[in-house]
Amino acid sequence: MSEQGASYRELLPHLFRLEYSKMTAVLCRHFGLKHIETAEDIASETFLKATEVWAVSGIPENPAGWLYTVAKNKTKDYLRRISLFETQIKGAIKTTDYEPGPAFEFNRQTITDSQLAMIFAVCNPANSKEAQICLALQILCGFSVEEIADAFLTKKETIKKRLLRARATLREDNFQIRALDEGIIQSRMEVVLRTLYLLFNEGYFSQSGDQLIRKDLCSEAMRLALILTESPLTNTTEANALLSLMCFQSSRLDAREDDSGETILFEHQDRSRWSTELIEKGNYYLVNACTGNELSKYHLEAGIAYWHTTPTGDNKWEHILQLYNQLILVEYSPMTALNRTFAFAKVYGHQTALKEAEKLELTNSSYYHSLLAWLYADTDIDKAIALYKKAITLTKSATEKKTLQREIDTLGKRKT
Amino acid sequence: MKEFVLIFRNSTNPHGNPSPEQLQERMNWMGSIAAQNKLVDKGNRLSASQAKTVQPGNVVTDGPYTEIKEFISGYLIVKADSIEEVVEMAKANPTFKTGGNIEIRQILTPEDKD
Repeated sequence: MSEQGASYRELLPHLFRLEYSKMTAVLCRHFGLKHIETAEDIASETFLKATEVWAVSGIPENPAGWLYTVAKNKTKDYLRRISLFETQIKGAIKTTDYEPGPAFEFNRQTITDSQLAMIFAVCNPANSKEAQICLALQILCGFSVEEIADAFLTKKETIKKRLLRARATLREDNFQIRALDEGIIQSRMEVVLRTLYLLFNEGYFSQSGDQLIRKDLCSEAMRLALILTESPLTNTTEANALLSLMCFQSSRLDAREDDSGETILFEHQDRSRWSTELIEKGNYYLVNACTGNELSKYHLEAGIAYWHTTPTGDNKWEHILQLYNQLILVEYSPMTALNRTFAFAKVYGHQTALKEAEKLELTNSSYYHSLLAWLYADTDIDKAIALYKKAITLTKSATEKKTLQREIDTLGKRKT
Repeated sequence: MKEFVLIFRNSTNPHGNPSPEQLQERMNWMGSIAAQNKLVDKGNRLSASQAKTVQPGNVVTDGPYTEIKEFISGYLIVKADSIEEVVEMAKANPTFKTGGNIEIRQILTPEDKD
């Protein structure tokens, strides 16, 4: 019994994460977005019942199947209550816009379709980027408010408020979750891709120290991007480029940290710890992405990530620099500007790159100062140390502070 | 910040058959300006062969030809605090290696008086 109790406590959070969002999506498609709370209530009640029942009688043979049967019955009960209320209690009063649709099933196809539609519903351009990501995490990925707050290093209250506003927009939106047609896909695909891209980056570059949450963010973003590439409606070259980028980046997730959880910089990573499986997947989706004429920023970033997986030589850094040159023309961002300068230094040397770097004038960025420090390290150790110290004052991330301090220590030793 | 057009002039066609190194240099130059977030419009290359000039009295002539005089080969738009800053940007362009030159003109806004 105690053994059973332990295993169900491990299984349930996993199942919850996996099935809650699917269940909500299917139910939402059935009830309409206006009734998203109803859908979520039914999903939550289902999991609540599972915790109660499984604790006593153990885990059923097919836990997901069990969950869906319970959810289905709860939905039927709900519909029966509603219809009773509508027909007998409210009497002649005109019914609301809610009409019980045909009976629904939780099968593989409806789950996939509903999830895809839900992605497009959540990525509503009327909401801010931050709100879209929060919504995606909550509705598409089943994250709790606390987990979202952890990932963003933000207060729970802030996230709660943001979600409340975003959900109001969602309910008022006339988005028909049932009909995912080409028009909707065309008008929202860009926002969808950007949201998934930001979701992934939130995990990959997050300042949150919680490694588990960060990995979860990355794998959730990949799961959703995979849904896009698996449907003929959304399997665009851009979606493939984005998924390719995610595969390449996550191939290095394990090699980025040492046993004590400290960051290992790219150059010092043990390449045997890179996941060859993910690199191969990255290659696969990159080939798919290059079947058309589009050259989006995801293509360029996937190209850069691809070159990072290759050994030095073959003009690797020339290729990376040229891709960064194109990327910065497509979309300026301080991070791209800094990365471009890093690649420039790899090709033309630290001295020439210093002039390029100083023009950037990103004086509020810790990365800017650590890049300058890295460029100065060979010629002016004192200046480099001063710049690393400045970088430490500018970052909030404890991990980054540690990494920078390590650089200072190394330089200090070299001086003596 | 003010905006400036950079007008590229050449006596040989730079779009004819540039070497990979030349292309790389041009991209590095443009990338450098974009990395400073000072590129407003990456502009366009202008064809040397598909060119005609329409003059008064329905006179249409071919060209200008590259052989005859310096022709405009392209343009782009940057932003900067002063024209001196743009001069410094322009100086780094590889076009001077192949005999080109760059004209810089501030773009006037409705409030500007020339």
